[in-house]
Amino acid sequence: MSETLANAPLEGGETPAAVPPPLVTLRSVGKTFDNGTRALHGVDLTVGKGEFLSLLGPSGCGKSTILRLISQLDSPTDGDIRWEGTAADPKRREVSFVFQEPTLMPWAKVFDNVYLPMRLKGVGRKTAEPQIMHALESVGLADFRAAYPRELSGGMKMRVSIARALATDPDVLLMDEPFAALDEITRFKLNDDLLRLWDERGWTVMFVTHSVFESVYLSTRIAVMTGRPGRIAQSIEVDGPRQRTQEFRLSEGFSAIARRTSDALSKAMSA
Amino acid sequence: MTITANDAPPPGVPATREAAAKLKRWQRLDAFLRIALPTAVIAGLICLWQDYVTTNNVPHYILPSPARVLDALVEDRAMLFSGLVNTLIITFGALFLAVTLGVTIAIALTQSRLVEYAIFPIAVVLQVTPIVAVFPLINIYVENIYAKLLLCAWIVAFFPILSNTTLGLNSADRNLRDLYKLYGASRWQTLRYLQLPGAMPYFLGGLRIAGGLALIGAVVAEFVAGSAGAGTGLASRLIEAGYRLQIPRLFAALFLISLTGIVIYVTLAFISSKLLSSWHESAMSKGNR
Ligand SMILES: Nc1ncnc2c1ncn2[C@@H]1O[C@H](COP(=O)(O)OP(=O)(O)OP(=O)(O)O)[C@@H](O)[C@H]1O
Ligand SMILES: [Mg+2]
Repeated sequence: MSETLANAPLEGGETPAAVPPPLVTLRSVGKTFDNGTRALHGVDLTVGKGEFLSLLGPSGCGKSTILRLISQLDSPTDGDIRWEGTAADPKRREVSFVFQEPTLMPWAKVFDNVYLPMRLKGVGRKTAEPQIMHALESVGLADFRAAYPRELSGGMKMRVSIARALATDPDVLLMDEPFAALDEITRFKLNDDLLRLWDERGWTVMFVTHSVFESVYLSTRIAVMTGRPGRIAQSIEVDGPRQRTQEFRLSEGFSAIARRTSDALSKAMSA
Repeated sequence: MTITANDAPPPGVPATREAAAKLKRWQRLDAFLRIALPTAVIAGLICLWQDYVTTNNVPHYILPSPARVLDALVEDRAMLFSGLVNTLIITFGALFLAVTLGVTIAIALTQSRLVEYAIFPIAVVLQVTPIVAVFPLINIYVENIYAKLLLCAWIVAFFPILSNTTLGLNSADRNLRDLYKLYGASRWQTLRYLQLPGAMPYFLGGLRIAGGLALIGAVVAEFVAGSAGAGTGLASRLIEAGYRLQIPRLFAALFLISLTGIVIYVTLAFISSKLLSSWHESAMSKGNR
C-alpha cells in the first residue's frame, strides 16, 4: 500500500484518475508449508479494484502460492488477507483461476470442461451455451467443442482452461502463467483479447508471468518478487494508455519501464 | 514418396491416402492375427490330444478324447444346461450385489473419515478369511441353498470392487479438486462430476477381477456345500460325474465352467473398453495414442 502511494505521484504524467479503491489487502502474509518450506514471509500487497497487477519473479519465489492464498485454496500461516466492500462476503465474490497446469477433466469434452463453473452454479446447459461458445471463439477453439482434452496440444489445453475462466465473467481473475505454452502470435492475440475484456468488463486481474515484456504490456502495475522466502521487492506503476496497442509496445515509455522492471528483477534474483 | 500422376490430385493426397490405406490394412491384419493365432494353437492342442488318445488306446475313464467330451456335452445337454443356468444365476447375482454394495459403501467411506475407520477393517477381515473356512458357519445359519451360495460368492467378489472404487474416488486430481472448491461445488456435485467419473477406470478394473472371482466363489461354494448343494450348479454336476467315473461328462462340465469364465472376462473387458475408449489411456488403440 505504502509503495503504491509513494510510487504513483512519481510516475506522474497522466496519473490514473485516482488510486483505485482497494479490493483485497495482504498484510504481512507468511506461508510455511507442512514440510517446513517457508514459501512467503512478510508479504504486503494491496490489489486495487479494476487493477491489472502482474507478479514477476524467479521460479519458486511463491507467485503461485500468493494466488492460492488470495483464492482461499490455502490459508496463510501468518498475517491476514482482507477483502473490502461487497467482496468481503465470499458468497458474492466471483473469482476465476487459471492454474499453471490446464487442469481439465480428461473424461469431459472441451465444451463440458468450459461449462463446469456454470454447471456448478446451477446454470442450465442451453442458457450457458452462448457464453461458452463465445469464450471458446475468443481462444480460437470453437471448432474443438466436441474434442477430448487428450486430442489437444499443450497450448490448446491451456486455451481451454483460459476459456473456462473467461466464460463465467468473474470479478477477479487470477492467472498463473496462462500463456507460457503458447507461440508468440497466439500469445499477442490473447494478450489483446484479455486487455479488451478487462477494459470492457471492469475485471480485476492478477497475472503471473516470467516475461518482463508481457508484464509491462499488460499491467497497470507490476509487483517484482524475490525468493526464499518470497516477498514483494518492488512495485512498479505502468503508466501506459488503458488501451494498449502495437504502438505502445514500440514506444519509448514501454522500453523505459521494461528496462526498470528488468533491473528490478535481476536485483531481486541476485538478492 | 512416389506420386502417381494419372488423375493429377494435389501432391499430398496420394501419399496420405496410401498411408491411411496401409495403416488400415495393418490394423485389419492385427485384428485377424489376434483371433486366428490363439484359435490355431487351441485347435492344434485338441488335435494332439485326440491323436494321443487314439494312438495309445487310452481308456475313456482315464482320459476321454475330445470327440467323446463333445458327445457327452450333446448327450447330457439338458442336465448340463440347467447346471449352467444355476451357476450363472449365482455368479451374476453375486456380482450384482458386489457392485451395488461395493460402490455404495465405497462412496460412504470417502464421504467421511470416521465411516472409513469404522467399516474398512471389517471389509478387510471378510477378504482375508478364506471362504472355505467361513462356509461351515454359513451352512449352519443360512437355510436356503441359493442364499448360501450367493452369500459365499458375494464375499469373494465384493472386496475388489470396494477397494478399487475407494481408491478411485480418493485419487481425483488435486488441481481439479481445487477447481471444484474454488467454484463452490457441493459435496454431491464433486462426487457426481469429479469423483465418480474419475473413479471409473479403477472401478472397471475391480469389476474385471470381481467377475472372475464371483464365478470362482460360486464354484467353490458348491464344492464345500457338498450334498446340500447336490443338483444345483455345474460344479455339483462335475463332482457327481467324478464320483461316478463319468469322466467325459466331468470334462464337459469343466469345459462349460471355463467357457463361462472366458465369456465373463471378455464381456467385462469389452464393457470397460467401450466406457473408457474416449479418454482413458488403458482403453486406447495404439494408433490413437
Ligand atoms: N504444497 C506444497 N508443499 C510444500 N512446499 C510447497 C508446496 N507448494 C509450493 N511449495 C514451495 O513453495 C515455494 C513457492 O512455490 P510456488 O509454486 O508458489 O512458486 P512459483 O513462484 O509459482 O514458481 P514457478 O514460477 O516455478 O511456478 C517453492 O519453494 C515450493 O517448493
Ligand atoms: Mg508457479
